[in-house]
Amino acid sequence: MTLLLAIILLPLVGAVVVAGLRANDRLATAVAFGFSLVTLALVVPLWLGYDPDGARLQQTSSIDWIPPFDIHISFGMDGIALLMIAVIGVLVPMIIGLVGFTDKLPEGRSAGGYLSLILVQQSLTIAVFAATDVFLFYVLFEVMLIPMYFLIGGYGGKSRQYAAVKFFLYSFLGGLIMLAAAIGAYVQAADELGEGTFDWQTLAEVIPQAPLATQIWLFLGFFLAFAVKAPLVPFHTWLPDAAGEAPIGVAVLLVGVLDKVGTFGFLRYSIPLFPDASRELAPLVLGLAVAGVLYGSILAAGQQDMKRFIAYVSIAHFGFIALGIFAFTAQAQVGAVTYMLNHSLATGMLIIVIGMVIARGGATTISAYGGMAKLTPVLAGMFLLAGLSTLSLPGTNSFISEFLVLLGSFETQPVFTTVATIGMVLAAVYVLWLYQRVMQGPVRGDALLGASGGPGAVGAPETGAKKTVRDVSLKELGVLAPLVVLIIGLGFYPKPALDVVTPVVEETVSIVSITEGSNE
Amino acid sequence: MPQQFLAQGEQLPVPAIDFTAVLPILIVLGAASIGVLLEAFLPKHQRWSSQIALSLAGIVGAGIALAAYIGDAPEQGITTFTAEGATSGALAVDTPALFLWGTLLALGLASVLMIGDRSLEPGGAFISQAGLQGGLQTREQANATGMQTEIFPLTLFALGGMMTFVAANDLLTMFIALEVLSLPLYLMCGLARRRRLLSQEAAVKYFLLGAFASAFFLYGVALLYGYAGSVKLPEIAEAMAGTDVSDTLLYTGIGLVVVGLLFKGSVGPFHTWTPDVYQGAPTPVTGFMAACTKVAAFGGMLRVLTVAFEPASWEWEVPLWLIAVISMAIGAILGLTQRDLKRMIAYSSIAHAGFLVVGAMTLTEDGLSATLFYLLAYGFTTIAIFGIISLVRDANGEATDLSSWAGLAKRSPLVAGVFTFLLLALAGIPLTSGFIGKFAVFSAALADGNAALVVIALVASAIAAFFYLRVVVLMYFSEPAAKGPAVTVPGAFTTAAITLGTVATLVLGVVPAFALNWASAGGFVP
Repeated sequence: MTLLLAIILLPLVGAVVVAGLRANDRLATAVAFGFSLVTLALVVPLWLGYDPDGARLQQTSSIDWIPPFDIHISFGMDGIALLMIAVIGVLVPMIIGLVGFTDKLPEGRSAGGYLSLILVQQSLTIAVFAATDVFLFYVLFEVMLIPMYFLIGGYGGKSRQYAAVKFFLYSFLGGLIMLAAAIGAYVQAADELGEGTFDWQTLAEVIPQAPLATQIWLFLGFFLAFAVKAPLVPFHTWLPDAAGEAPIGVAVLLVGVLDKVGTFGFLRYSIPLFPDASRELAPLVLGLAVAGVLYGSILAAGQQDMKRFIAYVSIAHFGFIALGIFAFTAQAQVGAVTYMLNHSLATGMLIIVIGMVIARGGATTISAYGGMAKLTPVLAGMFLLAGLSTLSLPGTNSFISEFLVLLGSFETQPVFTTVATIGMVLAAVYVLWLYQRVMQGPVRGDALLGASGGPGAVGAPETGAKKTVRDVSLKELGVLAPLVVLIIGLGFYPKPALDVVTPVVEETVSIVSITEGSNE
Repeated sequence: MPQQFLAQGEQLPVPAIDFTAVLPILIVLGAASIGVLLEAFLPKHQRWSSQIALSLAGIVGAGIALAAYIGDAPEQGITTFTAEGATSGALAVDTPALFLWGTLLALGLASVLMIGDRSLEPGGAFISQAGLQGGLQTREQANATGMQTEIFPLTLFALGGMMTFVAANDLLTMFIALEVLSLPLYLMCGLARRRRLLSQEAAVKYFLLGAFASAFFLYGVALLYGYAGSVKLPEIAEAMAGTDVSDTLLYTGIGLVVVGLLFKGSVGPFHTWTPDVYQGAPTPVTGFMAACTKVAAFGGMLRVLTVAFEPASWEWEVPLWLIAVISMAIGAILGLTQRDLKRMIAYSSIAHAGFLVVGAMTLTEDGLSATLFYLLAYGFTTIAIFGIISLVRDANGEATDLSSWAGLAKRSPLVAGVFTFLLLALAGIPLTSGFIGKFAVFSAALADGNAALVVIALVASAIAAFFYLRVVVLMYFSEPAAKGPAVTVPGAFTTAAITLGTVATLVLGVVPAFALNWASAGGFVP
């Protein structure tokens, strides 16, 4: 059994154990936390054992699953997958740490059920990144929706049912279209080799030989699934609902990790399997990406709801990532891949901080807050740091990624890149404006001020603020501290992340440029 | 003149029969006949126990005979009931037939278990006297604890008819088998203890429309006989190779025969009976019908299309293409508007019938094995679904209205969990048999060059997923109704049937290789 396999299976074991502890919330949380920490600890040797200059897929394992269709359960990872697995490993303990104060579960719901779903989600998401059989990838891609569906629908806000179903149906339809394309690739391989296969490595050798028209159809099938997942405009409409209704921890998981499956899919499946089609259709993808940057930024600035705000910010950032991927220069793609990591950290922290704000005020609308920095200075500082990382200030982790994306893309796609730069300016606008409205100025807003005439609710007579509005507790600080370290650390020393992904990215970019050369 | 066929003193020529090959059918039909005798001679209080023992023994015995035959079966399959001088017999016992027999027997076993259950409703789901009319004055009679035990031989006759139907190698045998399987079903639909009027309406509707469909089928057989001079499936195919008879006979004949089959398979636009009959029939019977009739109808259709009509495939491909699309669209879209769970599953079955048509019109080896696997998978899931539906009850019997399922997960997490799993299987989510079935069918169709149809089918699956999800949403995320129905603790029989269906759905979804290998072990005998 490879280390990778152990990391996939461990959370699953944890989920079973935690599901048995539904009677005792405290114990369930402790056990789930323990499992997530051990998983994180296992990621360390995984990272250290990874050889960036070795084979593209490492830690490989494979067993037969459905021999009549030559389907295997095979796992392996490249640098990009490793990065995403590491992010999941870091984020899940925090999400579990949020249970109880930032994420209050609905009445009558046990922590055991919630945490067990989180751990199942963790296992499936790691498996999706690690799958090296296209069929297995599809299966996990769809099965992954089920725990998320129950997490949103069972533990979310007011219109959680609507959000859960919408989320499920969008992704399910996208996945089904991808299935058609995957079967198409299988049939294509059967034509070429005499025997169909779903093995990623074999397909990556066979499918690029296919005629352009075939490649384009197959590319579009995969693209639709990934564009729904990553969300690119106009396939994004489920995300504001899902992220807006989900509990904070689930929103972190959804925006921080699950959506990355889409951009990961571009890198692992779309480009290596269909290089000619990728090049042919790159302007289309870039158009959607840049539209997403502008659209997401403008709508983020106009949002009244803080959780929906994050969703639109993410849509803008996914636009940047897609721009970097489809610019086809090594620099831009390295930027895009590290952006996947940094977006998880920055947006993850922003969601958590906003969750802490909401947990104090009880409202999600921005206008219900104001001048909160006076009451909770440390929380305001955290909010500002997360915000600055989101707008890619130099010195924070996101800067280097966004910089590389724009620099690298400008070489090949000057027009799209120039337009996308507007997004950087807009990012400063929406982040700082949000910070100003929530944190600065005199203390105001229904969420912070106690009900009129209800002295019992007022904790601080001099400001009139509610009792619940207190600065961050030690436990909350414990959740935030690792993120602060990572955000600032990777801001000044991004080399570890860059080293892991650069060889893989160079290989991916070379696939596109080699075929370009051969066609000329 | 009879002398022409049977001269004085001469004996009726007996066709050559391979008894070991057809033993499973003989056992089922034999058990059915004994069942009729038991009904006539046993006192009332002994009937239920002896009937159920006989039915189960018959089905299990037939299964053992089938397994023994498969153990030393000839590779390519045989035909039997061969008349003197004929090249092929009236029954074909080949891999698809054996696979379908196994499927039908397993599903029949689960159905008989559900039909025999008396723990959910005192005295079983069937009335004490078949002639009872609907209405208030008969409520007392309806509540009487007796049970109509004729249902057991009727089930066995229907099952025997289905097994004959999928193996029939000529159109007349097929027609007779069609009637043998249909007539008991018409009657069984009308036996519901509760909601008598609905049940009787279902029976009449099914009978009238079914009779029309049978007539179409028979007329088609006549026209094909006029064209080919034979009702044997291989000989019809041969006739197409070189004959100067008008093609009109052939095409009309094919059309009528296929319409008859599509009706039985509840394929849209020949589906209109399905929602009413599924809703009105007693739930165990609905389960039996939904699972086994579909297997039989599509088993027959596969054989007819492959063995007899294959040379004319370019003529019927486009109409069947359209029918598949219509059926998927009707099932998926109208299913969205249903408020009754049994009607919803009925529309789901119409959508599934559309998927099955996609498989049935793919005349490759992969298409055949994929369709066979799909039938197996769908049958088990459906039986288990109806098993669960029969558990959720209020004072008026089963509570099939969607609103009464709200918040079920809070009260009965196990039932809600199993039901969710089965719904996900119908929706075709990976790790369930429904997904592998869809995958196999779609990949066969795609390999056959039917990409557009596959994409339409995938979109239909996504639409249909919405109404399955709606039930999941209701069960998990809604508050329970104040006076909601209770989940009855099922007796051993229903539990066994549901467990069988659920386990099969899971196993076929996670490790489907063995069943796929069985299904692709061989084709139809020529």
